[in-house]
Amino acid sequence: MIRLSGVTFRYAGADRPNLRGVDLLLPDGSVTAVVGPNGAGKTTLALVLAGLVPGVIRGRLEGALEIDGVPVTEGGAEALAAVTGICLADPATQRSGIHRTAWEEAASGAASLGLAREALIARVDAAFRRLGIERLAERDPARLSGGEQQLVGIAGLLAMEPRHLVLDEPTAQLDLPGTRLVLDALAALAREGAMIVIAEHRTDELARIATDAVLLEDGAVVAAGPAGPLLGGPLPHRHGVEERWATRLARRIAEAGLTPPADLGEGA
Amino acid sequence: MTEIRLTGLVHRYPGTGTPALDGIDLHIPAGTALGLLGRNGSGKSTLIAHLVGILRPTGGAVLVGGRDAAGLRVAELARIVGVAIQDPARQIVARRVADEAGFGPRMLGVRGAALEAAVADALAATGLTDAADENPWDLGPSRRRLLGIAAVLAMRTPVVVLDEPTAGLDDRERERVGAIVRQLTEAGRTTLVATHDVRFAAEHLDRLVLLDAGCILLDGTPADLLRSERSPVLAAAGIAPPPVAREGERLGLAPTPSDAAFVAALRCAESEGRAGSRPLEEGLT
Repeated sequence: MIRLSGVTFRYAGADRPNLRGVDLLLPDGSVTAVVGPNGAGKTTLALVLAGLVPGVIRGRLEGALEIDGVPVTEGGAEALAAVTGICLADPATQRSGIHRTAWEEAASGAASLGLAREALIARVDAAFRRLGIERLAERDPARLSGGEQQLVGIAGLLAMEPRHLVLDEPTAQLDLPGTRLVLDALAALAREGAMIVIAEHRTDELARIATDAVLLEDGAVVAAGPAGPLLGGPLPHRHGVEERWATRLARRIAEAGLTPPADLGEGA
Repeated sequence: MTEIRLTGLVHRYPGTGTPALDGIDLHIPAGTALGLLGRNGSGKSTLIAHLVGILRPTGGAVLVGGRDAAGLRVAELARIVGVAIQDPARQIVARRVADEAGFGPRMLGVRGAALEAAVADALAATGLTDAADENPWDLGPSRRRLLGIAAVLAMRTPVVVLDEPTAGLDDRERERVGAIVRQLTEAGRTTLVATHDVRFAAEHLDRLVLLDAGCILLDGTPADLLRSERSPVLAAAGIAPPPVAREGERLGLAPTPSDAAFVAALRCAESEGRAGSRPLEEGLT
């Protein structure tokens, strides 16, 4: 469980904060969807939750952080990094560039945990199976497509078996089957007790797995609560976020001066 | 006005067994907004690389405006086909957004007021006018993607190719890219969009080509392609009909691949329903 209270973060050199007074409770076993227009602070929130600020990425962090009820003391945000894995939006950012095969690339994170060789192999193999990418194991990581790189990066993260996972648009370059494999793998981890936070633009896909949702705009929390009503309601569109498809369709029908069928959305 | 014709196009990457493109025959008339759909690794980006001369065919030919691309130098091809690649960060060369957008046209010899106008128009279309003096690396990833699109628009090529233009974009940015495609089409320019974004494809493109393992699986309008009965074939290519299409089918409407098509079909059904129900009501009374 991670709790943020009044968290404000301003990047070094920025004239105003990218996060402003964020209060957030993230229980174990939850999948929290972070939505908001680009520039709302989704990536910054991911960096805070992963313990990368202010240590790795400099700036001024204010407010209180708590892990499992224990306050993280000032300057000790790195404690979060010990329990949280992060997946960045651009897979190229995370690729080491020194490994010859995708399997070795994915194993590099888990290998740094000091596991026995057999345990390491088992974990990486399991992660490849979970995402259905066994065929990529022997490929040169630099010559994979954008989507394939993204899957290998996520496999590496799964192999590290972090207690909590923070993912910043992990499926931006993935096709639908790849997206669903990743989201289903995350939902399974949450069922096993992990805390998952995921920023993503495709609201319909998010709604399949999210238990909770947070709507950010201009660095502040606009709304937070159970995912179903928040993602399916009118707030996302008002704040520049993609609506659920049935919500959008009903709005467009009403805007055209027509009456939506009473059972709209029940067919899908 | 430039058409594209691929005849028996084969591409095999060195050291790989199966070809990435396996005999593609495709005619794209000038002024078409065409979507390339298909799962990761289906050959979309390889096909695009042939249009700009980055790759040369293992077999077959690529004709751009009737000229064999293999006989054109990359610099000549660049005047005809502009491409915004999938990873915008690999494209950035300048330290200022306006200079980045102006790089392409400058390389084509555009100078002075014409260059300024090309850059101003491209930045306005992508919503980056305010960011003209910023460093491209200070933009967020989505605005950097829009900058990659601006850099292509500024070249004013008759053919514009966008590889995953909506990946990572939010709702408003996505609508902006839709408006750009519409304007290009209205101006008679040929637009190719490789995308996983089925909703975007259904809303903004005229014709969709589904690639799978380097072959064309389906080719048709969104209304024709995105139907439930196609689901098994679409699934093979890694896509599903959008929910709005299934909803239209359930309600017995004409094909509804997009919200706009749904609204139009509903309007049509309502007026028909009213016209059709009158005799029935009269008959009852």
